[in-house]
Amino acid sequence: MPPGILTLAADKATLSPANTGFMLICSALVMVMTPGLAFFYGGMVRVKSVLNMLMMSFISLGIVTILWVLYGFGLAFGTDQGGFIGWDGHFAGLSGIGLTELWGATTIPVYVFAVFQLMFAIITPALISGALADRVKFTAWALFIALWVTVVYFPVAHWVWGEGGWLFELKVIDFAGGTAVHINAGAAALGVLLVVGKRIGFKKDPMRPHSLPLVMLGAGLLWFGWFGFNAGSWLGNDDGIGAVAFVNTQVATAAAMLGWLAYEKIRHGSFTTLGAASGAVAGLVAITPACGAVSPLGAIAVGVIAGVLCAMAVNLKYKFGYDDSLDVIGVHLVGGVAGSLLVGLFATGGVQSKAKGLFYGGGFEQLGRQAIGVFSVLLYSLVVSYVLAKAIDLVMGFRIGEDEEVAGIDQAAHAETAYDFTGAGGGTVGRLGEALTKKVNA
Amino acid sequence: MKLITAVIKPHRLDEVKDALQAFGVHGLTITEASGYGRQRGHTEVYRGAEYTVDLVPKIRIEVLVEDADAEELTDVIVKAARTGKIGDGKVWSIPVDDAVRVRTGERGPDAL
Repeated sequence: MPPGILTLAADKATLSPANTGFMLICSALVMVMTPGLAFFYGGMVRVKSVLNMLMMSFISLGIVTILWVLYGFGLAFGTDQGGFIGWDGHFAGLSGIGLTELWGATTIPVYVFAVFQLMFAIITPALISGALADRVKFTAWALFIALWVTVVYFPVAHWVWGEGGWLFELKVIDFAGGTAVHINAGAAALGVLLVVGKRIGFKKDPMRPHSLPLVMLGAGLLWFGWFGFNAGSWLGNDDGIGAVAFVNTQVATAAAMLGWLAYEKIRHGSFTTLGAASGAVAGLVAITPACGAVSPLGAIAVGVIAGVLCAMAVNLKYKFGYDDSLDVIGVHLVGGVAGSLLVGLFATGGVQSKAKGLFYGGGFEQLGRQAIGVFSVLLYSLVVSYVLAKAIDLVMGFRIGEDEEVAGIDQAAHAETAYDFTGAGGGTVGRLGEALTKKVNA
Repeated sequence: MKLITAVIKPHRLDEVKDALQAFGVHGLTITEASGYGRQRGHTEVYRGAEYTVDLVPKIRIEVLVEDADAEELTDVIVKAARTGKIGDGKVWSIPVDDAVRVRTGERGPDAL
C-alpha cells in the first residue's frame, strides 16, 4: 500500500473529504471482518467450544486496539529505523497527531490511515486462532496476541508497507496484505501448532462443524468487509485503482468459490456449504496481494488456482498429522503464498505498479521479488511465533486441562455455554433440564 | 396382549398412522429414534474430511393390541411402511402381561 503515489508530485496534497469519508467507511468494513471471522470459525467448531472460538477473535479487537494506540502504529508506520522497524514519538498514544495532518503525500488524515491500518492489525492475529480451536488457555492466547503483534505483526507491516521497510524498498507487491496478513498469520499458526499439538481425539472423534449457517454468515461478512480491505488499500480513489481492486476482489472470490466447489464435486461427489464458504475465503486471501496488479481476467485465474489449490491443501493436515483445526494453513498460508506469487505471473504493469509479471512480458524479476517477500515473512513469522508459543507454554502452559478440553472449553474458560437446550417448549428435556438447573441468587 | 413395536422411516409415519386408524387401533405411542440396520448410515464430507454418520433418524411406533389382532396388525404396519428401498425398518411383537388405564384403573384388554 504505497503512500505518496496518489497526487502528482507538483501538487501539494490537500485533505480530500471524499477520500477521507471513503476511507472511514473502508475502515469500518475491515472492522466487521473480525466478527465475521469469529462466526466463520465459530460455526466450524463443536457446540461445546463455539463461544471460545468467537472470543479468540473478539479479544483481538480489545487488545490490539489499545496496543496500536500506545505504540503499534509508531512501530509499523513511524519513520524507518534500518528497514526493520519504524518509530515516531508523536505517534505514541496517537496524541501528537494534528487533526488535519495528512498521511504522507496522500489526501487523507493520519488519523484515518492509522485507524484503517488498525483494523488489519486486529484481524491478523485473530486469523491464527482457527488453528488452535478448542484447546488453548484463553489467558495464554490473550498474552500471545499481545506479544505476537508487537514482535511479529508490527515489524512485518513495516517491512512490507512502511516507507523504508526493506520489502517495500525491494518493490515487493503486497496490495492489501497477502504477505503481511495472510502468510504472516498462516505461518504463525504453524509455529504455534508445533508447540500446542493436536486436539484430543484428532483423526478419531468426529469433529463436525456445529453450525454451517454461522459459517456462511461469517464468510458473507468477510466477503463484504473485504471490499474495504482491498478497495481501501489504495487510500483513496482519485485514479480508479481502488475501483479495480474492488472489481478484482469480487471476481477472484467468485472464481475461487466455483473452483473449490468443482474440485469437491469431482473428488467427493457433492457441493458442500463449507466448500462454498471456504472457497470464497481462499479467493479473498489470494486476491488480496494481487488485486491492484492484475486485470479482472487475471483475477479469475488467481481465484480458480487458489480455490483448487487450497481445497487440495486442507487435506495435508491428515497426511502430516498436524491438527490445524480450521485450516488456517491450508487456506491463509497456501492462499496467501499462491496470490503473492501469482502477482509475479499476472501483474499487467498498468495498474498499481509498472512492474510486469512473467505472462505480461516482465520476465522473472517480479516473481523473484515476490518470492523473497513470501519466504522471508513466512520464515520470520514461523520461527518467532514458535519461540513465543514455547515461552508461553513454559511459563504458564498454553493448553487447558484434558478434562476441560473433553467437557468443552466454553464452560471452563468462560463459564458459559452457547446454546440452552433446556427451556423452550417444556417437553421432557425441558422439564428435566429446568429441574436440574437452579438459580443461585434468586 | 401383545406390544407391537415398529421402527420405520420418518416419512412413512402418516401412512402407518392412517392404516392403524383404519384398522381400529385406538391409541399409539410415537418416539423419535435413531439407529441403523444393514445399510448403516451416510457419509458427510467437510473440507475433504469424511465422516460416517452411523445413526439414521427413525420413528418408533408402539401399539398395544389383543393377541388375536397382533398378526394382522403387523401385516398392516409392514404394508404401510414399506417403500421397497433399503432402510425401511422392522416390526416385532412381544407378549405383555398386563396393562392398566391410569384414569379408571381398568386392567387387561379392557384397558386398551
